Amino acid sequence: MRETCDILVVEDEPSVQRAVVMICTEEGLQVDAVDEAGKALELLKQKNYRLVLCDVMLPGMDGFGLLEELSHGGRTVPVVMMTGYSTMENAVKSLSLGALDYIPKPFTADELLTVIQRSIRSGVILGDAEAARLEGQRSFEFVACPSGYRSLGYVSWVLMEDEGTAKIGINDLFVKTVDGIDGIELSEQGDVLVQGVPCAVVTARDGSTHHVMCPMGGKIIEVNADVLSDPSLVEKDPYFRGWLYQVLPSNPDSNLQWLSS
Amino acid sequence: MLTRKIGQKLTLGVVLTILLVIVVFALFSIESQKRSLIAEVERHAAALSEHIKLDTSYDMLHNDVESIHNTIRNFRGQSGIDRVRVFNKSGEIMYSSEESDIGKMVDTQAESCFRCHAAGQPLEQLDMVERTRIFRPTAESPRFLGIINAIYNEESCWSAACHAHPESQTVLGVLDVTIPLDDVDANIRNSQLTIILFAVSAIVLLGLAVRFMVRTLIDKPVQELLKGTRNVASGNLSYRVEIDRNDELGMLASSFNNMTDKLAQARMQLFQSDKLASLGRLAAGVAHEINNPLTAVLTYSSFLKKRSSGQPDIQDDLEVIVSETIRCREIVKSLLDFARQTVPKKRKADINGILKRAVNVVENQLAIGRVELITDLEEDLPAITVDANQIQQVFINLLVNASDAIGENSGTIRLSSRAINLGPAGVLQIKRAQCSKRHDLIDRKERIDGNPAIRMDYRKGSEEGRIYLDPVYGSDHHRLGDMPAFGDGVELRCPECSISLVSEDERCPDCGGPVYAFEVPMKGLVNGCLRDGCGWQHWEEVDSSWDDKFVEIRVEDDGCGISRNQLASLFEPFATTKGQKGTGLGLAVSWGIVDNHNGTITVESEVDKGTVFIVRLPVMS
Repeated sequence: MRETCDILVVEDEPSVQRAVVMICTEEGLQVDAVDEAGKALELLKQKNYRLVLCDVMLPGMDGFGLLEELSHGGRTVPVVMMTGYSTMENAVKSLSLGALDYIPKPFTADELLTVIQRSIRSGVILGDAEAARLEGQRSFEFVACPSGYRSLGYVSWVLMEDEGTAKIGINDLFVKTVDGIDGIELSEQGDVLVQGVPCAVVTARDGSTHHVMCPMGGKIIEVNADVLSDPSLVEKDPYFRGWLYQVLPSNPDSNLQWLSS
Repeated sequence: MLTRKIGQKLTLGVVLTILLVIVVFALFSIESQKRSLIAEVERHAAALSEHIKLDTSYDMLHNDVESIHNTIRNFRGQSGIDRVRVFNKSGEIMYSSEESDIGKMVDTQAESCFRCHAAGQPLEQLDMVERTRIFRPTAESPRFLGIINAIYNEESCWSAACHAHPESQTVLGVLDVTIPLDDVDANIRNSQLTIILFAVSAIVLLGLAVRFMVRTLIDKPVQELLKGTRNVASGNLSYRVEIDRNDELGMLASSFNNMTDKLAQARMQLFQSDKLASLGRLAAGVAHEINNPLTAVLTYSSFLKKRSSGQPDIQDDLEVIVSETIRCREIVKSLLDFARQTVPKKRKADINGILKRAVNVVENQLAIGRVELITDLEEDLPAITVDANQIQQVFINLLVNASDAIGENSGTIRLSSRAINLGPAGVLQIKRAQCSKRHDLIDRKERIDGNPAIRMDYRKGSEEGRIYLDPVYGSDHHRLGDMPAFGDGVELRCPECSISLVSEDERCPDCGGPVYAFEVPMKGLVNGCLRDGCGWQHWEEVDSSWDDKFVEIRVEDDGCGISRNQLASLFEPFATTKGQKGTGLGLAVSWGIVDNHNGTITVESEVDKGTVFIVRLPVMS
């Protein structure tokens, strides 16, 4: 039986590493911390972790290298990337490489805990679904994207329309990991969205707020008024009536390369 | 190379053409003069010959040989007559003004007889041209003109008492008059000389005139243009080609200058975007470097805040750290937004709230610097649609700048806000202006308060000159020079095409004076009055569509002030008056933010007295 632990923190900046460990420990989570991707891979061979929190910029092998190593090794451990705002493109890249979520630096303790809790929940749901699949059963844990939709990690989806416009919405897995949607805050018509930058803030019933990363940059031409008046629509029908924005993509081709189908 | 210059080529071509034309003309004119002189002599000789014939006819009829001799002899030595001879039919000289000739036979093959006798049988009638001959007895002697006049047999001749001639004879003899041509030849030579002299001087004069004109009209401007292109090619984009003329070269020069201006502008823009790009790289670098320490501060402080939930006094302090660190995060984000040139995230906001937050941030710094801050915020200001973080950033910048300007000494900063109604007057700069024929009236060389002025020419009687109008709409810092008081009789014209810029059918509603008018492309007509003290201006298109509600925020300090030189580049990136203390980015970023909100930011400053920054933000209806 392999030793289990809650969280592995991979962060080279000692003060940030210490702060993250402190916050997690305070919440009663077991934490290991390393400052290099190589050491993290060693630990991942020895122990089972519920979540890996990993910085993108690391000495030697960076966060992407770690993600690639993990996917080559067939490991399904949930990873959350931590990244500076200036490397927003890197955040999008991490999601396309299999990270579950990301949290932009700098963050508060509450923001970090929200992401951790949500990602651990995602990890559980994904693990259950994988287990069901291995047993040859259908999984009802969450609804995957309909065909034709492209998604940014397990966070948000985009549907390219014939007119050159695109619809944007939230993935069901993201919705399931949030403890019931109580409110939603959206940008306004005419605003410009950037891929990888939060485009919506979801308030859960427990009062926690969750940022939804935008899957496709562009100018908002319509905001779904139905969702604004009834946020639970996102929970009930995330892929159709629960869409958030219709946008005019500013750079669809380069944005699409980071999205999975 | 000999003719490398266009002026030399042109001069050479024109002079050669002139040379050819004048030489041909001179030759032709000499020839025709020669001919007309000879023709004159011919006529004279013919008349003389006819006269002699008549004179002697009576004596002939009476066969008075002696009298005929006398008459003929009398011509001897007469000026203008060389000799007069009469031959009989067989060629014997019967009478002659030269005694020695009498009795001699004329050689019918000789020149004077050849015309008739060449054909064997004597001809009886010859026309004038054929009766005359010009000859030179010896090579050195002058030329002579001879004319023969046949004496025909008439009834009176063969019926005369002497019966000297039978009726069957047709021609009785020939009268030959020879006239020397030395006078005529001298005349011809004279006029030849005159014509040649005239031709040579005409060629020389015309050549000089052409050279002079080509030099001034073509050579100089072309040289000037060439100099301009070389200057511009070597990168001197501020070089102006000075050709003040209305012809094609003048137009070429002005469009060349225009092109250079555009090039300079493009280079400026390139330079600016280059600066912005390096600013973006800098911002990205700073953001990345700053993010880790910020993460540490934010995580620790928020963690401490969570843990100290039972101690409200500590919690409040920690809340300040957390919220200010979050504001730092937003600033870093805005810096990156600035580098990315994204549009601000605008929401309806209360400007006084934003100002109070900005004051909270700098309050401590001001207190340490013994700077007194007076806030005078008008209540119930209309909400404005802004990105609150960005606008707060602007005022923090301005307040910190004000505090830095006060420096070591204590001083006062006044922060005030008020709602104003602001017409476009005094705010809007006219950037394009045209006459009705679409000539550009903007003069980029002449600037009023730093903005390119609008040029016009005036004329009243013989007085003429140029005036420059203030391009800021509604502002009247015009430069009118020596223009007489604007009223009846003063004409304003387009400097390019001289079309009138005075609006005939309009009068100033304030003073009743005449009104000028020019066009702003796509934005209608601008009218105005130039009477002393009037300064009325009207721009229908803008007046009717302008959003006139603004919120004005003034940040005043009594610090060191800003010099005129520094004012010019105040809002450019990396322009700093603080030496090592500042980055030179604050005001550039502030300007960009305010501009992005369709607002204006202006500055008034006096060295050692203080500075006022005035920010005006539109209230969207």
